[in-house]
Amino acid sequence: MIAGRHPWGSNQGAVAFRKMSYTVLMIGVLINFFSYAIEPEHSLFSLVMSFAFVASVGLGALFWVAIEYLTSAVWSVAMRRVFEFLAGVIPFLIILALPLLFNLHEIFIWTHKSYIKHNSGMLIKLPYLNAISFTIRTIVILAVWVLFYELMTRNSLLQDTTHEEDLTKRNIKLSAAFMPIFGVTLTLFAIDWLMSLSPSWYSTIFGVYYFAGASLAAMAMGTLMVVTLNENGLFPVKLSRDHYYNLGGLIFAFSNFWAYIAFSQFMLIWYGNLPEETAWIIPRMNGSWAAISVILVFFHFLVPFVGLITRSAKMKPQRLISISICILLAHALDIYWLVMPAYSEKRAPFSLAELSFLLISFGFVFAVFAQKSKRNSLIPVGDPKLKKSLEFQI
Amino acid sequence: MNDEKLYGLTALFDSPDKIVLATRAVVKEGYKAFDIYTPYPVHGVDRGMRLKQSRIGLVTLIFGLMGVALALLLTWWTNSVNYPLIIGGKPFWALPAYIPVTFELSVLFGAVFTILGLLVIFFGFPQNVHPLHGTDFMKRVSSDRFGICIEAVDPKFDSKRTADFLQTLGSEKIEPIYYSLLESPGVGTILNRKFLLSLLFVAAVSSGLTYLTLNKLLFLHPWISLAEQIKVLPESRSTFYVDGFAMRQPVQGTVARGHMPYAFVGNMKGAEKFMINPLTPTKQVMELGRRDFNAYCSPCHGYFGDGDSRLQGQFPNPPSLHSDALRQASDGHFFHVITEGFRNVMPSYDQQIPEEERWAIIWYIRALQRAKHAKETDVP
Repeated sequence: MIAGRHPWGSNQGAVAFRKMSYTVLMIGVLINFFSYAIEPEHSLFSLVMSFAFVASVGLGALFWVAIEYLTSAVWSVAMRRVFEFLAGVIPFLIILALPLLFNLHEIFIWTHKSYIKHNSGMLIKLPYLNAISFTIRTIVILAVWVLFYELMTRNSLLQDTTHEEDLTKRNIKLSAAFMPIFGVTLTLFAIDWLMSLSPSWYSTIFGVYYFAGASLAAMAMGTLMVVTLNENGLFPVKLSRDHYYNLGGLIFAFSNFWAYIAFSQFMLIWYGNLPEETAWIIPRMNGSWAAISVILVFFHFLVPFVGLITRSAKMKPQRLISISICILLAHALDIYWLVMPAYSEKRAPFSLAELSFLLISFGFVFAVFAQKSKRNSLIPVGDPKLKKSLEFQI
Repeated sequence: MNDEKLYGLTALFDSPDKIVLATRAVVKEGYKAFDIYTPYPVHGVDRGMRLKQSRIGLVTLIFGLMGVALALLLTWWTNSVNYPLIIGGKPFWALPAYIPVTFELSVLFGAVFTILGLLVIFFGFPQNVHPLHGTDFMKRVSSDRFGICIEAVDPKFDSKRTADFLQTLGSEKIEPIYYSLLESPGVGTILNRKFLLSLLFVAAVSSGLTYLTLNKLLFLHPWISLAEQIKVLPESRSTFYVDGFAMRQPVQGTVARGHMPYAFVGNMKGAEKFMINPLTPTKQVMELGRRDFNAYCSPCHGYFGDGDSRLQGQFPNPPSLHSDALRQASDGHFFHVITEGFRNVMPSYDQQIPEEERWAIIWYIRALQRAKHAKETDVP
C-alpha cells in the first residue's frame, strides 16, 4: 500500500477541491479589485493582511518540516508532505508582495515626510525604515525563504524515487542552517510589515508573537488537511488515532504558547504604562476593537484549550477539524487585529476588503496545496522512516 | 502457612512481544483483576488491557482550578480589602498583574495534588505494603523481564486452571504469591501508633539538636571578643533603673549641639512681628534660593509661585504667592510657614531645609513677587 505514487491528483475529490479553491481565490481577487475601485487604501490594507496570513501559514509549515528533520521525528513523517505542500506558498508570496511594494506610500505612514517632520523620534529609525531598505529587505527575506524551501523540498521529492537515506541527512543539515535564519528573517518580516504600521511603537516580543501565531496556524492548517483527507479515505495510507493525538497535542501546546506570549506582551505594556508603548494598546482596548480583542482571547486560546484538553478529545477527528478551523479563523482575526487599527483606529471596519482578505488568504493556500498535490505523492514514499511512522503508537 | 493467603499467580515472559500477546489472551479469556508489569513502557499493553481513560486528569483540573480561585481570592482580599495599596497607579484589584501568580498557583496546586492523588487513589495511601513487594517477580520485572499477575479475587481465578492457562501463553516461570494476613490491605503499617510516636520523637530530637547546636554554630561570630561587649543595647530592658528602660531621657531643657530650637513654635503672630531676614540678597543668596525653591517648593507652587501644581491634581493646589496679602506679609510669616507647615496641607520643611536656606528661599520669593508686578521704571 505504501509503495507507488497515489494518484490523488486525479481523484474526484481532489478535482472538486482544486476547482473550489481556485474559485474562492478568483472571487477574492475580484472583490479586492472591486474594493480597490471604491477605497484603494482599504483594499491595500486587506492585501497586507492576506500577505501576512499566507506568509505565516507557509513559513510556519516550513518551520514544522525543519523541526521534524532536526528532531529526527518519526511519527510525523507520513504527514510531512502535507506541510511541504503548505509551505509551497512561499515562492508565490512575491505575487502578494509586489502590489504592496509599489504602494508603500498608501500603507505605511513612515513614508510620509510630514509625519517624520512632526515625530522627532522617527529620525533615528530612518536609516532602517525607509522605502528603499524596506523593499530590499523584503525581497532578500523572501529570496532566503524560497531558497530554503526549494532546497529542502527538492531533496524530499527526490527521495520518492531514489529512496536514499543520504537525502534525509542533507535536509537535517539544511534545517539546522535554516533555524537561526528563520528566527531572524521572521522577526524582521514581522517588524517590517506589521509593527511598522505604527512606526513610533515598538515591542521587543513582537517577532515571537508573530511566530507563535504562524506556527499554530500552520499546524492547524496541516491538521485540517491531514484529518480531512484521512477521514474521507483520500490519504494514501491510513493514519491512526495516535497520529491525531500528537497533532492535537501540538495545537493545544501552541495555542497556549500564543496566549502566553500575547499576555506577556500585553502585561508588560499595561504595567509599564509608558505613553510610547500604550499608544498601540489603547485603541485595541476601546470601542469595537475591545470586542475584537475579547473574541480573539476566546477563539485563539480558550476554545482550543477547553476543546482539546482531554486525551480523548485530541483523538477525535471531528473535534480536531472544528478546532483547526476555529484557530485558522482566529488567526485571521489576529492578523486583522494587528493590521487594521492602523487604518481605522476608532472602529473595527468590515467591508468587501475584509471579505477579500479571507477569500484570498484561504483560497491562496488551498489553491497552492491543490496544485502541488496534483503531481506529487501525498506521502514521502521514499523516506526510510515512513514504515515506522505508520506503526507509531503513543 | 496458616496466616498466609494467596494473592495471585505471577508469570514472567522474556520479550515485549510475548507480553502484548499474553495481555490480549488474558483479556480474551475474561480475566478482570490482573495487572501487567514491565521495566519500561511497552507499546500496545495499555490498549491490550482495554484500560479506560485515567481519571487523574480530573483531579489535576479540579485542584488547578482551586489554585486559580485561591490566587484570585488572595490577591483580591490582601490588595483591595485588607490592606489597599496603590502600586504604580494601578487599580487596587489589577487583574493583569495577578495573572502570573494565578497561573503559577494553578500549576503548583495541579502538580502537587496530582502526585498526592496518585498516592491516595492508585497506591491506596496510607496503605504502604503490597504483596508483590520484595518478591523475585518484582525484582525481575523491574530489570529484564515482563510479567503478568492475575489476582485471586478474580471470579475466574482457579489456581490450577489459571496456571495451566499461563503456561500455554509461553511463560518461562509461574509462581504463586502469598501475603501475610497481618499486612492485609486496609491495615496500613504506616499508621501504626509505635511508628508514628517514634517518628515524632525523631523529629523532636533532630530539630532540637539542630536548634541548639547548628543554629548557634552558624551564627557564631569569628571575633567574639569584640562582638559581645558588656554594654546597654538600644531599646533593651534594664533591671537597674526603676522604670525598666535601659535608655535614659535627656535632662529637661537639653539642647542638642548645633541645633537651635525654633523660638515661635505655634506662634505665627510672634514670628511675623519679630523675625527679620538675616541675609542680604547677594547673587549667591538668590542663586541658592532659586535652587531650593525649584527643588522643594515648585512641585506644588509652580516654578513662578502661581500655585500651578505639576502634580496634576493629586494634591490640592496652593494659592498664588502673588496675592496682595502675601506680598505685604512679613518675611517672618514665610519663615514660619516653611518651618511649621500650613493648615495641614503644606507639610513642615523644618527637617529638609536648613534655616539659612529658608531665608534664601524667602529672598527668591520676594524676587518673584517683584518680577510679577514689575513697573516700567524697573527696566534698566
